[in-house]
Amino acid sequence: MFRRLEGASRTPITLRFEGRAIAARAGDTVAAALLAAGIESFRTTPRTGSPRGPLCLMGACFDCLVIVDGVPNRQACLVPAADGMEIARQDGMGAPITPS
Amino acid sequence: MTDLVVIGAGPAGLAAAACAAEGGLDVLLLDENPAPGGQVWRGLARASRAQLSTLGIDNAGARAAVARLEGTSARYRPGATVWQLAPGEGGIELGYTAEGRAHLVEIPQVIVATGAQERPFPIPGWTLPGVLTAGGAQTLMKGAGLVAEGAILAGSGPLLYLLAVQMIAAGAPPKALLDTGTTAARRRAVRHLPAALRSPAPLLKGLAWRRAIRRAGVAHIEAVSHLAIEGDARAEAIRWRTEASEEGRLEAQHFFLHQGVIPATNLTMAAGLRHAWNDAQLCWQPVTDRWGRTSTPTIRVAGDGGGIEGWEAAEARGEIAALDALHTAGRLGASDRDRAAEAPMRLRTAATRLRPFLDALYRPAPQFLVPEAPETVVCRCEEITAGELAPLVTMGLLGPNQLKSFSRAGMGACQGRYCGLTVQAMIAARTGRSLAETGYYRLRPPVKPVRRWSVAARRSRQASLRPSSPWASSALTS
Repeated sequence: MFRRLEGASRTPITLRFEGRAIAARAGDTVAAALLAAGIESFRTTPRTGSPRGPLCLMGACFDCLVIVDGVPNRQACLVPAADGMEIARQDGMGAPITPS
Repeated sequence: MTDLVVIGAGPAGLAAAACAAEGGLDVLLLDENPAPGGQVWRGLARASRAQLSTLGIDNAGARAAVARLEGTSARYRPGATVWQLAPGEGGIELGYTAEGRAHLVEIPQVIVATGAQERPFPIPGWTLPGVLTAGGAQTLMKGAGLVAEGAILAGSGPLLYLLAVQMIAAGAPPKALLDTGTTAARRRAVRHLPAALRSPAPLLKGLAWRRAIRRAGVAHIEAVSHLAIEGDARAEAIRWRTEASEEGRLEAQHFFLHQGVIPATNLTMAAGLRHAWNDAQLCWQPVTDRWGRTSTPTIRVAGDGGGIEGWEAAEARGEIAALDALHTAGRLGASDRDRAAEAPMRLRTAATRLRPFLDALYRPAPQFLVPEAPETVVCRCEEITAGELAPLVTMGLLGPNQLKSFSRAGMGACQGRYCGLTVQAMIAARTGRSLAETGYYRLRPPVKPVRRWSVAARRSRQASLRPSSPWASSALTS
């Protein structure tokens, strides 16, 4: 489990993850918000259905893909977390892409 | 009218954008991240004093660089992903997405400052949740103030030690540090020591880090020659063997891996720029002159994306590339440019004195470049293992591109960023050819996935742009 360090005091925000509320801080990426809430498996792979979570957290590895507000294949490490955002784990290739 | 686009807002990009804007150019700075600083200064420009002291980090450099940029007319655009860079007839064609909308523009000059990524470190279990790169773990600390308790660090390189020291400072010392540095590399590094001692500060810092790790009681195991992470739904334990055949196993929730950094070359490679194999750093890098000019001189590369030299050199290289861009734009005479570049060039030389020593000392051991265990996932995106790839090489698929066509390795979303060097090394090891000769994947734009509806949302005035590449004409009209 990751814990929040002293001094990292920023405005609290609330995200929804698969129906439940999770607490995060303004300035977090979606990946940081999920990890802070103890969620470390972000998706399953298309070929073998294996669980995956973030690896590089800098936009290079594409392992942290999640569904953000209904849009799949978003890089959780690059999307800033916002109050009220709906996050869901992504199964395989995720749902078809639709305009938000 | 934009005169210059700078890609990446790390030390090199911030310096380049500020310097070029100060010289009178209309500069657009595009960065994929939500805030400036790149990886090394991630989150630092806006970090609170309490946060900095917890991590034992000084942010003076980051603050100064961001303040300098803010004092100029340069436009800074965070959250902008560049997916195409191509030399065109009317300038450099640049494709990027920002706020869900794709843009395709032509720009007279571009400075690429996309920095580095961590080297692929394929070991069994490295795909399990709970396994992060050391850089990723550091990003969480700096960007979100998140630290893992009782994590295990494994691999090689200064960043691994820096992370350990920062975790200790934050009150969450790692459970163990498994160092894969080899005795052979240490012997080879010794001959570079005299040159390194001319700028001894970083060496002394390194020694202080080792002392801090010892004092904190972190289990420090050296000369680790084999590693495997175990777990089912997530990472649970790490197993190792040392050069002296001592074996061990430790359980933890988090494992932070590091095997050095390499230039992020997907964009420059897809642009068709010339690249060369750097055998000292075991990576590809664009061929540049001392101003950072690539084989297309109006595209310059500054910072670690042009070869790993560290952030201090990166800042200097940003400045140098911008001065040369000002010269090309007719804003700065050759002698003025040369005079202005003297100081940053000196700084760069001083900042890189340690490099040959570091490159030799932290050269990855062969078994971490070419995975030995057949179950090791090589291509994380397409989930192709070493055991699946090896017979294809033996069968006679002797190039990375052939192997890619047959196996799908390198065809996933990351576009080879985390398997390209491994595939290249596997082929070289089996054929006996050199790494340089073996070559790399042929990369094509878009270098990052582009959503079709973001392209459809392009403004109509940009839609009239003459397509100058086959990809642009097909994808942008579909």
